[in-house]
Amino acid sequence: MGRSELSSVEAVLERLDEHQYLADRGLATSIFLAAELERPLLLEGDAGVGKTEVAKVIAAATGAELIRLQCYEGIDVSQALYEWNYTRQLLHLRTAEATGTAQDSGATELEDELFTTRFLIRRPLLQAIDHGATVPPVLLIDEVDRADDEFEAFLLEALSDYSVTVPELGSFKAEKPPMVIITSNRTRDVHDALKRRALYHWVEHPDFEREVQIIERKAPDVPASLARQVASATGQFREMGMYKPPGIAETLDWANALHLLAETQLTAESVDATLGTLLKYREDQERARRAGIESVIEIALGA
Amino acid sequence: MSNGSFPLPIEGMDGESQSTSERAEVGRASLEKMPPLERLATGFIHALRTGGLTIPISSSLQFTQALRAVGVASGDDVYWAGRATLVTRPEDIAMYDAMFLAYFHRNGTGFKVRFEDEPESASLGTDEGGEDAEGDAGDDDVMALRYSAAETLNQKDFAEFTREEMYEAQKVMNKMRLEPAVRASRRRVRSATGDRNDLRRTVRAAMRTGGEPIQLSRTTTGTRTRSLILLLDVSGSMEAYARVLIRFAHAAVVGRRRVEVFGLGTRLTRMTRQLDSHDVDEAVEAAADAVSDWSGGTRLGAGLKEFNDTWGIRGMARGSIVVILSDGWDRGEPEEMSEEMERLSRAAHQVIWVNPLKFTPGYEPIARGMAAAMPHIDTFLEGHCLDSLSTLADAVGA
Repeated sequence: MGRSELSSVEAVLERLDEHQYLADRGLATSIFLAAELERPLLLEGDAGVGKTEVAKVIAAATGAELIRLQCYEGIDVSQALYEWNYTRQLLHLRTAEATGTAQDSGATELEDELFTTRFLIRRPLLQAIDHGATVPPVLLIDEVDRADDEFEAFLLEALSDYSVTVPELGSFKAEKPPMVIITSNRTRDVHDALKRRALYHWVEHPDFEREVQIIERKAPDVPASLARQVASATGQFREMGMYKPPGIAETLDWANALHLLAETQLTAESVDATLGTLLKYREDQERARRAGIESVIEIALGA
Repeated sequence: MSNGSFPLPIEGMDGESQSTSERAEVGRASLEKMPPLERLATGFIHALRTGGLTIPISSSLQFTQALRAVGVASGDDVYWAGRATLVTRPEDIAMYDAMFLAYFHRNGTGFKVRFEDEPESASLGTDEGGEDAEGDAGDDDVMALRYSAAETLNQKDFAEFTREEMYEAQKVMNKMRLEPAVRASRRRVRSATGDRNDLRRTVRAAMRTGGEPIQLSRTTTGTRTRSLILLLDVSGSMEAYARVLIRFAHAAVVGRRRVEVFGLGTRLTRMTRQLDSHDVDEAVEAAADAVSDWSGGTRLGAGLKEFNDTWGIRGMARGSIVVILSDGWDRGEPEEMSEEMERLSRAAHQVIWVNPLKFTPGYEPIARGMAAAMPHIDTFLEGHCLDSLSTLADAVGA
C-alpha cells in the first residue's frame, strides 16, 4: 500500500476499479499526475458526479488516512489550520495559580507553557501537513467555492510549499506532502492563482456504458436489463436542460426504487410513481412529463 | 469529445527531421536548441495561445513535467496531460480539443512542430498577462469634470449623450458608490457587549494579569455586504443605454470585489473579468469584445435561464442583490421569462429592474417580457439618466 499504488495511469484505473469507482481515462490521468508531480488536483463539475468520492477512494486504495476540510462561508484559520485549546489553557492557569507555581515562575515561562503542542488543536490542514505517517494522507478540501476568496489565498499559501507556521511554535513542514483533492461546484470562479498551482479536471456525468457498470456495481440486485434502461432514461433526462441534472446517487436511488417495487422494466406508471427519486425539482418533473415519458421509455427499452 | 480517443500514429520524437529552411525561420533559435519533448510542449502551447487560451508559464512547465510522467507513446495520454495542466475552465475544453486535433493529427507522422502559420517568435519566459501592471494609466485622458456641465447632464437622457458628455458622466459614475446592503455573517467580530465569550482574547489578556482572567472579551455576529450581480441587456434596442451602463458596471467592479457582471443578448456572456481593468476604456472595450452579440437581438428569458443554470442557482445569486438593466423587450416566450424570473427571485435577496423606458411619459410595462417579469421584481426603477443611477445606488444599499 502507499503512493506506489498510483504508479501509472493503468494502475490508477485498476486501484479505483477495485474500490468500486469507475473512472474514465481522463480522471485517472489527472490523479496519476497529481500523485507524480505532487500537485493538488482541482475537480470541478455538476453536483453529484462523484467528485468527493474520488478522494475517499484514493485514500482507501493507497491505505492513507482521509482528512476532510469542508469549506463554508466564513471559514477561517482557526477552523482550517489550528486553534489553541483556550479552556484547557485557562484551567492550566488556574492550576498554576492554585499550586503556587504561578508565583515561582515568571510570566514568560507561564506563557511558554501555554503555547506548546499540548494545548494545540490540530485542524485538517495542519493534520495533513504534520502527519508523521509513512503513507501521506489524502487531504480533501471539499466545496472550496463556498469559502470566501480570502480563504483561498490562505489555502494557496499553505499548499504552495506544504508548510504552515504557528507563530507561537514555529513552522511545520510536510516531509511527504499529502495528496490534495480540491472540489468545487463552480458557484463562483476559483482564483486563477489556485488553478495555476493545481491540476484541473472537469468531471462529466458518466456516459451510458459506464453508468450501466456503476449501477451493476453499486446496486447488484437490480437486473441487468433494468440497469440499462435506467441508465439510458437518466442520460436522456440529463439532456433535457434540467435545473438539477440527476447525479449518480439519484440514478442509483431510482434503480433501487424500481427494483424494490418489483419492476423488471420501465413502464409509464412505474416511472411516473418513482420520478421523485431522480428529479428533485417540481419544474424538472414537469419538463420530463411534457417531453413525453413514453418516448423516453421507448428509447430506453431499446438500450 | 472528452471521452473520445486519439489514436496518434506517433513514431518517436524525430525532432531532427526538421528541414533547414524551417530552422532558418526568425526567432526559432531558442526552440531549436530544446530537447524534443520541450519543443513539443512549447509548440503546442504556442498554438493554444494563438487559439486564444490564456496559459501562464507555470502551466507550461507543469505540462512538460506531466508529459515526462505519462510519456508520449499514446495520444490519449498526451491529450489528458494537457487537459489536466493547461485547461482550467470547462468553457475552454472545446478550443483545446480543436487545437489538439489541428496540432497533432494533421501532422500525424510524428511530433513535428509546425511554425508555418506563426510568424512571431515563441515567447518563452514572458507571461502574456501584464494587465495588473497597467494601473491607472489612461485616466489622464479623461477630461476634467466641469460642474456646471455636470448639473445639466444629470437629467439628460443617455441616448442623447455625446462622446465628451460620456466621459464626464463617467466621472460622476465613478463617484457613485454601490454599497449593497449587509447581512449577518458567520464570522464573529469583537464586541464589548457581544453575546459570546472570546476565549482567545480572554486568555491573552489573562497572561498580563498573572493568569487571572479579569478582562472578559466577547464577540458578536459580524456583518457582510451582500454580493451584487448586474445583468446588462446588450441588445440593439438598449445600445445607447448599454454604452453608459457598462461604464457604470465598471465603476462597480473596480470599486468593490463582490460584484459580477453579465451581458444579456441572444446569449449570456460573463464580463466580470474583462471589466476588472482600471482603465475604463480598455475594460469596456474588452467587455464589448467578449460579448459576441453586442447590439444584436434579445432572448432575455433564455439568457436568464442560462444565468440561473450555470451561475445563479448554484450559489452566486443566493442572498445577493440582482440588478437587471433592460427595456424588457424579449423575443422569446413570456412563460420562460416568468419561470426564470421566479427562480431568480427565489434565490436572490432582492431583484431590482432598471428600465430606461420607464421615464417615458405614459409608459406601461406592457412589453411581453417586462409584463411577465413584473410579479417577481422587488424594485422597479428608471435608468435613463445619471440621477436615476444614483437612485439605483440608493436602492442597492437599502
